[in-house]
Amino acid sequence: MLQAQGLKKAYGKLVAVDGISFEVNKGETIGLLGPNGAGKTTTVSMIAGLLAPDAGQVLIDGKPVTGDTNPVKRKIGLVPQDLALYDELPALANLELFAALYDISGAKASKAIDAALELVGLRDRAKDKVATFSGGMKRRLNLAAALLHDPSVLLLDEPTVGVDPQSRNAIFDNLETLKSRGKTLVYTTHYMEEAERLCDRIVIVDHGRVVANDTLAGLYRRLPATNKLLIDLVDGSKLSDPSALKAVPGVQSAELIGNRLSVWLKDLSDGAPGVLAWLATGGHPFDHVSSEAPNLETVFLTLTGRSLRDS
Amino acid sequence: MTAFLALVRKDIRIFFQDRRAVIMSFVAPILIGSFFGYVFGGASRSSDPGRVTVLVVDQEAGAVSKAILSKLTANKTLAVQNSTLEDAKQLVRKGKAPVAIVIPPNFGKLATQAMFSGRERPKVQVYLDPSHQMESSMIEGMLTGYVMEAVSKEAFSGDLGRATVDDSLKQLESVPAQESAPLKGFLQALSRYNQSTQSNQTNRRDAGLSVPFELSEEKLTSRQGTEYNPYAHSFGGMAIQFILFMGIDVGIGMLLDRQRGLWKRFASAPLSKWTLLSSRAVSATLIAMLILAVVFAFARIVFGVKIEGSLPGFIAVCAGFGLMTSAYGLLIAALGKTPQAARGLSILATLLMVMLSGAWIPSFLFPGWLQSATKLVPARWAMDGLDGMTWRGLGWHEAVLPVAALVAFALIFGTIAVWRFRWETE
Ligand SMILES: Nc1ncnc2c1ncn2[C@@H]1O[C@H](COP(=O)(O)OP(=O)(O)OP(=O)(O)O)[C@@H](O)[C@H]1O
Ligand SMILES: [Mg+2]
Repeated sequence: MLQAQGLKKAYGKLVAVDGISFEVNKGETIGLLGPNGAGKTTTVSMIAGLLAPDAGQVLIDGKPVTGDTNPVKRKIGLVPQDLALYDELPALANLELFAALYDISGAKASKAIDAALELVGLRDRAKDKVATFSGGMKRRLNLAAALLHDPSVLLLDEPTVGVDPQSRNAIFDNLETLKSRGKTLVYTTHYMEEAERLCDRIVIVDHGRVVANDTLAGLYRRLPATNKLLIDLVDGSKLSDPSALKAVPGVQSAELIGNRLSVWLKDLSDGAPGVLAWLATGGHPFDHVSSEAPNLETVFLTLTGRSLRDS
Repeated sequence: MTAFLALVRKDIRIFFQDRRAVIMSFVAPILIGSFFGYVFGGASRSSDPGRVTVLVVDQEAGAVSKAILSKLTANKTLAVQNSTLEDAKQLVRKGKAPVAIVIPPNFGKLATQAMFSGRERPKVQVYLDPSHQMESSMIEGMLTGYVMEAVSKEAFSGDLGRATVDDSLKQLESVPAQESAPLKGFLQALSRYNQSTQSNQTNRRDAGLSVPFELSEEKLTSRQGTEYNPYAHSFGGMAIQFILFMGIDVGIGMLLDRQRGLWKRFASAPLSKWTLLSSRAVSATLIAMLILAVVFAFARIVFGVKIEGSLPGFIAVCAGFGLMTSAYGLLIAALGKTPQAARGLSILATLLMVMLSGAWIPSFLFPGWLQSATKLVPARWAMDGLDGMTWRGLGWHEAVLPVAALVAFALIFGTIAVWRFRWETE
């Protein structure tokens, strides 16, 4: 459906995108994940045909996205990172304009606008000026504006940025609906939870390069230690050498801070019983046991050595 | 086409949504145009056709001074007031009157004598306000003519003249006959002529020298019989100024659209850049023409400003100026980096352009070199075109050059704008 091949873009000396390639299959949702300045927006802009790549190309259904009036662009719906709306006009007038950009007018436009407003739950506010909308409503309208020409690929550049949790949930529901309708989504974000919830596959970018491209499960498998067991000992001082735990099969490493013992295991179900037995028989009673599931944050940290959020 | 029309409609809608823009574009030119029109002579047009006040201090109060006074009074362009020397000086100094004339005692006698003999000539003192040089020169010219007529008439037919001729004849007795003969002959003839007119009262005709021509004045402003209407110029000038401001808003608005990310939507649609730019040019041109129509409709209804010249010519000038303005707006959008940075500079450029166009001070008052140099200023052509089609009452062929110049500027600006436009969104 969508192929990005060796995309490169430099702003002067700054190389924003340095050879990014990935593919998205029909109906698939991929997450484009990366810290600020990773080159996500630049990549999306090149896919949408806003920016001409310095090198590489973008193919939609095998056809390159080049030229202003290329009909291939009709297959793409862009939800920009900024709220690209005319504040001084009513929501309806905004949507009528954006429909007209795709040569849609009259009854066809009304139908498309109705459907889009219905989806994002703004039908009753259609006649109000965008300036009177809340941030969340503007975000939803920003999404609706990209749906009017019924694109098969949706490029979403941080569609939930600066939105309260309720509106964010609403947008997520909208996106899940779109996904269920068979749309192909490219979802840009630096929120792990969002990518984990929505995406079939994650493309992690950093410094303009793809550092990982895999399903969630596949990414977790790359972690050197997939599982971490947390045990609160009754008296941590009695365990003088936690590294002795490595003798237990399946244990990769162990660390003791105060009374809390952290044990990294290759596999939780294989390793956990042995660790607990080792502690019980060795005279180290404990009063709380828990495990920490791997998440994208840890994946990112492991892959880039940087945290996603505050890099 | 759907997209093009929708974009044009959007621009026009946003323009009318913005109260500040509407006031700036329609109300401001009407208010300021009315003010300038009033100040530049609109006020005096109906009641008092611009009379110049002249103070006269008549220290002679004789036949000659009275004759001069009555001639001045008869002149429709002057408002003559009698005054005393002190008052007159005071009033001129304060700027209440541009000029005061003092006719000294014995003026008639001394002047008549001075005509035939080289005797000392009496002085007419003129006091003038330095800020009204033009009026003063005009009055001095008139005064010369009137004095000449009054004094010569007195010399040839009045009592003073007879006495002077007799007196001059007596004086010639002492001069050798050979030298004095021609003048003596002339004076004797004059004396006889005087006696005959004296005895023949009924047939008496006004004698004396008079200015050997009459001035017939007609203002070639428009078709015969129509008057110059200063509101025509002031409304045209202010419409030009505020339409150019609207052009700035067009450019700034495009920069704001880019900042807001709207260009991303446009660029992601299968839309040519040409459609994007030309739709903005068309909407700006339409708005400019609408402003001109409203402003001149107001001027017509309230101040009787008429399109004395060609109406098609007028519409063509309006369209040409609208096009030039929209290209100017696109140029601002192309060259401006941020909306904020573009605003300050373009306002300065616009004010300079308006000033040089003659919108504030008509360009015919500019020094010669400036009149030629300002032909490089696009708004000057709009001003000339509007003046030509309104109060000058020129035919459509006189609109061809201004319209061609405006279209040429529009093409130049438009080309630079397209060439320098940063299409890529950020
Ligand atoms: N128009 C531009 N001119 C110059 N540099 C730019 C421009 N746009 C982006 N950059 C630079 O390119 C790099 C990538 O920017 P980009 O916007 O693609 O990052 P991003 O991953 O979308 O970040 P964010 O999460 O903050 O949106 C950044 O270093 C940015 O400063
Ligand atoms: Mg971004």
